Amino acid sequence: MHGLINRSIQCFIRDTYGPAAWGDVALAAKLGFSNFESLMTYDDELTFAVIDAACLRLDKPRDTLLEDLGTYLCSHPNLEPVRRLLRFGGGTFSEFLCSLDDLDERARLAVSDLELPNIELYREGPGIVSMYCEASYTGFGHLMVGVLRAMADDYGTLALLEHMGIEEGREVLSIRMLDAGFSSGREFSLAGGVA
Amino acid sequence: MAGGIDLIGLNSDVLDVVMPISLVINPTGRISRVGRTLAKMSQGEDLVGQKFSDSFILHRPRSCNMTFGILKGITGQKLRVGFRNSPGIMMKGVLVEERISGCLLLNLSFGFLVFEAVQKYGLTNDDFAQTDLAIEMLYLVEAKTAVMDESRRLNGRLQLAREEAEEQASTDVLTGLKNRRAMEQGLARMRDEQTPFGLMHLDLDYFKTVNDTFGHAAGDVVLQAAAKVLLEETREQDIVARVGGDEFALMFKGPISPEKLSKIAKRIVTRLEEPVMFEGNTCRISGSIGFTCSEFYDVPDLDQMLSHVDLALYESKDKGRACTTMVTPALLEKAKKAHEIMA
Repeated sequence: MHGLINRSIQCFIRDTYGPAAWGDVALAAKLGFSNFESLMTYDDELTFAVIDAACLRLDKPRDTLLEDLGTYLCSHPNLEPVRRLLRFGGGTFSEFLCSLDDLDERARLAVSDLELPNIELYREGPGIVSMYCEASYTGFGHLMVGVLRAMADDYGTLALLEHMGIEEGREVLSIRMLDAGFSSGREFSLAGGVA
Repeated sequence: MAGGIDLIGLNSDVLDVVMPISLVINPTGRISRVGRTLAKMSQGEDLVGQKFSDSFILHRPRSCNMTFGILKGITGQKLRVGFRNSPGIMMKGVLVEERISGCLLLNLSFGFLVFEAVQKYGLTNDDFAQTDLAIEMLYLVEAKTAVMDESRRLNGRLQLAREEAEEQASTDVLTGLKNRRAMEQGLARMRDEQTPFGLMHLDLDYFKTVNDTFGHAAGDVVLQAAAKVLLEETREQDIVARVGGDEFALMFKGPISPEKLSKIAKRIVTRLEEPVMFEGNTCRISGSIGFTCSEFYDVPDLDQMLSHVDLALYESKDKGRACTTMVTPALLEKAKKAHEIMA
C-alpha cells in the first residue's frame, strides 16, 4: 500500500490517541520501524497488520476505526491539503460526489503511483445516490462513509449516509442529501492553498 | 463567408455558460456584451458601451492602434490580451467574426496565470465554464506543491539519517581500518571484560614530506600501504585504527609480553620503511611508536594508558624518529619532571 495511506493511518492514530498509542500499534504490528514514509510503498500486509493492531489497542471495531480515519483525513488541520484537494472536485456537495467517479485518476495525477479504489456513482432519485467501491480489500467503504460525512459538513450539506454491505464484491453506500444549504459549511477559496 | 460564425442562437445565457470570459465588439469598436466572469473581473466598471481599445490592451500581436478593421484582420490568431487598468494578468484569447451582425466575439482564458487571476479576482468554481481546465490546473498546482513539500521533508530526514549513520560508522574510508570511535569501543570492551591487552600508538615519519613533494594522491597511497603493513603484522582479534591524519592506534587482544610488543613495533617500523612507488616516484616514510601493556597497571585506566603511549611516542620522536619506546616508570618520571620544569 502506498506510503501516503500508511502514513495517514499513523498520523490518525498519533493525532487522535497520542504518540504512545501509535508506538504500541507499531510494536504490535511488528513493523520493525517507527514511522511510515509517505513517498515510499509498503507491503499490503503491513497496512492490515497496523489496522488490526489499532483495533485491538483502541478497542474499536474495524468499521468504526476506518470511518473515524476517513473523517480525520478530511477534517484534521494537519491534513488541510487533503480537504482542499477534495474540494476542488466541485462547488457543491453533489458536484463533489460526482467528482469521486474519477477519484483514482485525480489521485494518480497528483501522485503517479498512488492507487485508490475505483468508485462508481449512480443516481437513484432526487438527492439519492448509490456509491459502489471496488477495492482489492474490504473496509474502504467504511472509510468513505467517514470521508463523506466530513465533506458534507464541509459543504454545509445535511446528508444521511449508510453502508449497505457488499454486493457482487463491491461495497455499497447509500447517500441521501436532505438539505444542501443546511449550514454555511467551511470556507474554501480556489487560491487559498498556495500562498 | 470564410472564417465567420453564425451567432444566432448564441444568446447571452448560452454565452455565459459556454464562454463566461468573453465579450462582443460591435462594428463601431465598442463592447456590446460582456460574459459574466469577465464582468466580475472588471471590478465594478461597466464595460458595455465602452470602446474596446480604451479598456483592453493587446500584447500579441502588439498594436497601438486597435481599430475594428485591425481587430478583424487578426481573427483566428492566438492573442494575448490584458485589462488596461490592471496590467499583469495577461489572458489568452481568440477573435471570431460573426457572419450576420459583423460583430467580433473575443473569447479569453488564463493559461499559466490562472492562479494569480483566481487570487486577484476572487474567482470560484462557478466562474469557469464546465469544460474549462482551470480548476484541474489549480488542483494540480496544489497537489504537486503538497507532494513537493513532503518530498522536501523526506529529503531532510534522509540527510539527517545519513549524517547519523556516518557518525556511527566504525571504518575509515581511505584505509579500511577502524576509526577512533571503534578503537575506543574496543578498548572499553577489553577493560570491562578485564581482558589484558597491549596498546600501541604509531605516528608516520616524513609523511608530510611525501604529501608536500608528490601530492595528496601519493600520500593516500602511502597511507594505504601503511594500513596493509599494520594489518599483516596484527592478528584477526586485534584492532588497528586510523586515529588521525597519519596516526594509528593498535590494540593487541589477550596477554602479550612487552618483549613481544617491542618486537612487533620494530618489525612495523622496518616494514614501513620499505619504499612505496607512486607514478614513478619513490615515496619513503618511517614510523615512531610508543606502546604499553594493560598488565603494567593495577586497574587499567584508558585515558591514562592513552596519554602514556603518547608520551612514549614523543620520546621515540625525540630520539630521532624511526624508534620504538615502551612506557616505563623511568619514562613517566622523566615526563613528570619535564612537566614541572615547563610549569
